[in-house]
Amino acid sequence: MDYTLLLIQVLNGLQLGVLLFLVASGLTLVFGILDFVNLAHGSIYMLGAFICASLTYVLESYLLAIVLSLPIIGIIGYVFELFLARPLYARDHLDHVLGTFGAILVIDTAAHLIWGPAGIAIPLPDYLDGQISIAENIEIPTFRLLIIVVGLTAAFGLLWLVNFTRLGMLIRAGASNRTMVAALGINIRSLFAIVFALGATLAGLAGMLIAPITEASLGMGNNIIITAFVVIIVGGIGSVKGAFVAALLIGLIDTLGRAFLDDLFKIFMSTTAAENSAPAISSMSIYLIMALILSFKPKGLFPPRLR
Amino acid sequence: MQFIRSFKFLVLVSLLVLPIFFNQIGMSFYLDLATRLCILAIAAVGLNLILGYGGMISFGHAAYLGIGAYAVGIPAHHWLYGGLDFLATTNGFMHITIAVVISGLFALLTGLICLKTKGVYFIMITMAFSQMAYYLFVSIEEYGGDDGLVINTRSEIPLITLDDPIQMFFVSFVSLIFFMWLIHLITNSNFGLILKGIKDNEARMISLGYNVYLHKLIAFVFSGIICGFAGVLLGNFMTFISPEMIDWSRSGELMFMVILGGVATVMGPLFGAIVFVILEEILSSITIYWHLPFGLLLIAVVLFFKGGLSSLLSK
Amino acid sequence: MHDILKIKNLNKKFGGVIATKNLNLSILDGELHAIIGPNGAGKTTLVSQIFGQIFPDSGQVFFQDINVTHVSEYKKSRLGINRTFQITSVMKSLTVSENIQLATNTIQENWFNFFKASNNQDYILKKIDFCLSQVGLVKAMNQPVANLSHGDCRKLEIAMALASDAQLLLLDEPMAGLGPTETKEMIALLNKLKGQQTILLIEHDMDAVFALADRISVLVSGEIIATGEPDKIRRDSVVQSAYLGEM
Repeated sequence: MDYTLLLIQVLNGLQLGVLLFLVASGLTLVFGILDFVNLAHGSIYMLGAFICASLTYVLESYLLAIVLSLPIIGIIGYVFELFLARPLYARDHLDHVLGTFGAILVIDTAAHLIWGPAGIAIPLPDYLDGQISIAENIEIPTFRLLIIVVGLTAAFGLLWLVNFTRLGMLIRAGASNRTMVAALGINIRSLFAIVFALGATLAGLAGMLIAPITEASLGMGNNIIITAFVVIIVGGIGSVKGAFVAALLIGLIDTLGRAFLDDLFKIFMSTTAAENSAPAISSMSIYLIMALILSFKPKGLFPPRLR
Repeated sequence: MQFIRSFKFLVLVSLLVLPIFFNQIGMSFYLDLATRLCILAIAAVGLNLILGYGGMISFGHAAYLGIGAYAVGIPAHHWLYGGLDFLATTNGFMHITIAVVISGLFALLTGLICLKTKGVYFIMITMAFSQMAYYLFVSIEEYGGDDGLVINTRSEIPLITLDDPIQMFFVSFVSLIFFMWLIHLITNSNFGLILKGIKDNEARMISLGYNVYLHKLIAFVFSGIICGFAGVLLGNFMTFISPEMIDWSRSGELMFMVILGGVATVMGPLFGAIVFVILEEILSSITIYWHLPFGLLLIAVVLFFKGGLSSLLSK
Repeated sequence: MHDILKIKNLNKKFGGVIATKNLNLSILDGELHAIIGPNGAGKTTLVSQIFGQIFPDSGQVFFQDINVTHVSEYKKSRLGINRTFQITSVMKSLTVSENIQLATNTIQENWFNFFKASNNQDYILKKIDFCLSQVGLVKAMNQPVANLSHGDCRKLEIAMALASDAQLLLLDEPMAGLGPTETKEMIALLNKLKGQQTILLIEHDMDAVFALADRISVLVSGEIIATGEPDKIRRDSVVQSAYLGEM
C-alpha cells in the first residue's frame, strides 16, 4: 500500500472539498436566507477565474490580481442581486431557476465574447510553484497546501461571521423573520445584498484559486454548479455547517474514487473489467452517495430548523 | 372553439406539407429543421406529462434524450466494430426496446428518490441525476467519451429507410402525432384525472386515499420513456451523439418549450418547440453568440410576465 | 352499541409541549359526536393522529376494532375514514363533477385505467347527481370550482365526503367562515347526513354543536375532560369553568 500516494490523494480530496465549500457556502446561504435559487452561481465562479487571469497578465502578479479581483466580483454579485435576484424574491422558485438559467446563458456567452473560446492559464509565481516537505519523504505542491489553508480560513471565517457577529445575527434573524427585522429599523435590502455579494465573492475566490491548476475555461461554471447542488442537498439546504461537512465528504469521495476505485475493483474482478468499469462508476460516485444519503435523510445531513 | 380547432389542424398540416414541399424545390434545410422540431416536440410532450399535468418540475429530462440516442449508437457501434455481441444490432425495434427499458429503469430508480422531495429539492435532484447520466456516458472511452459517438448506421425498420430525409421526417412526424394522441388519451383517463388532482392539491388527494407517490412515479416513468423514444429518433437523425445533447442546459430548453407553449395542453409542447426552434434559427443567423439574446429574452419574459412564467404553470 | 372508533391512552409531546395527554375517546356507530374545546386544546393534533399524518408517542387508535394507529394517511381513507379540512381543500382547477369523481371509490379502484375514463358510466353519473343534490349543488356540476363561493365550496366538501361512502366522517370546523344563512343551511345539511354516516364533528359554533350532536366530548389541554349528552355537558360544572364559563 503506497501511503504517500494515499496521502497525496487525501490532500487533493481536501483541496477539492475546500473549493467546493467556497462555492456551496454562497449557494446555501443565499438559498437558506434569501430563499433564492441561483443557478448562475457557477458562472460567477467562472468570472472569478477569468477576471483574475486577465488581471494576472496585466499586473504581472497573481496575488495582486486576486486582491483586486475579489472586490470586482463582489460588485458583480451586488449588481446581479440588484437587477435579477431582487425582483424575483417574491416569485416562485421555478421563476428563480428559469431566470438564473437565462443569466447563465448571458454570462457564459459574454465570457466567450470577451475572452474567446479557449481557456486562459494562470502561471504561478515561483514561490508558489514549488513543493513543501511536510514530513520525511513526503512532498506536496505548495500551492495546493495554500488552497487548503485559504479555504479553511474562509470556512471558519464564515462560520464565525454567521454565528458570532452582529451581522451574522442579523442575517440569521432576517432569515426567520424578515418583517420583524425590517420593523426594527434594519435595512433588510442591504442585508440581503451583502449576503449575496459575500456568497458571490466566495465563489469567485474558488475560481481564482483553481484557475492556476485547471485554467480558466468556459464550461467550468456549469460543471461546478451541479456538484455544488449535490453538496448543499447532502449537507442540508441552508446549513453552512452542512455544506462544510458535505463538501469535504464529496471532495474526498470523488478524488479517492477516481484514484483508487480501479484498484479496489481489482480485488474482486478481472483487471480488464475493473479498468473498464471503474472510471464510469467513479464518475457517478458522488451521485450514488447523494442518493444513498437522501434515502435515509431526505432533507440532508443537517437540515436547518423549520422556519 | 371551431377556430382554435381549425388552427391546430392547420398547424399540423402545414408542418407535414411545407417542409416536404420546400425539400422538393431544393431547400432541404426546412426539412431538416422540421424533423428536428418534431423530435424536440416529442420530448416536450413527454416532459409536459409530468410538468404540465402533474406539476413536477424536472430539470433532468435531457438525460433521456441521451439514453435514447445511445440506445441506437451503442448497438450500432458493436454491430460495425464487434464486441458485446448480445447488444450488437441495427434492428430498429431492438433499439426502441432498449431505449424504452433503460429510460424506464432510469426514471424508476431516480424517481424513487426524487419523488420523495418537493419544490426546489426536486429540481436540483433531477438535475443532479441527469448530470450523473452525462458523466456516465462521457466516461466510457469506447463510446467516444468526451468527443461523442458517431453513429455510422441508422436503425433498420421494415419498409422504411431512415437514410432518406423525407422518410426520416415522416417517421418523426407520425411519432409526434402518435404521442400527442397518447397524451390526449392518458390525460382524459382516470389516471389523468388523478394526476391533475395531485398537481392541484396533493394533500387533499392523499386524504382521499390515493397513493400519490405511486401515481407520480408512474407518470414520471411514462414521461422518461417518451423522451427516450425521442432520443432514438434524435440519434438516427443526427447520426452523432455529442455530450452537449445530454447537458442539463438542454433540459432548461425543453422546460422553456413546455411552459411557453402552454402547459397541460396537448398541442402546447409543439407550439413551444416551434417558437424555440424559430427563435434559435433567427437569432443564430444574426450571431453565433445567439445564446446571449436568448438568455436576455428568457430573463425578460420571467421578469415582466405578469405573475412570472410559473403562473403559466398553474393553469 | 358498537364503537366504530376507539382511542385509548393517546399521548403526544412536541418538545416540551404536551399536545395530547392520556386521551380516551369512543365514538358509537351511527352517532354524531361533537368535540369542542378552547383554541390550543389540541384538536388539530388529535385529528392528525387519527388520520395518520403524525403518529402518537403512545396509545392506540382502533377503527372497527382494527388497530390503525400506525397506518399511513392514504390508507386510512380506504379503510373507511374520511375527512374535510378546516381550510377548504378542494381541487380548484377542476370542475365540481371532477372533484366528486375523485372522491368516489370507482376512480380509486380503477386508477390504472390509463386510456379510459369512468366518468361516463351510469353508476358514477348517478352518484354525482345524488351527492350534489343532497347539498344543493346540482346546477354547478360542470362549473370550475374556482368560480364557487366559499359557502358552496364547503358544500362541495360535504358532497365529496358523501361520495366517498366513508363509514366515519370527520368534519373539521365546517361552519368556519360561513355567514348566518349559510350556517343554517349547513346545519340542515348535516342533520340530513346524521342518520347515514357516523360523524365526528369538530366545531366552535356552539349553536350548531348543541343543535346537531348526539354526544359531546370536551377537549381541554390535550385531555377529554367530559363526555356525554348535550344537556349533561351544558350543566357539567367542570366543563363550565374550563370552557363554557369563559364564553
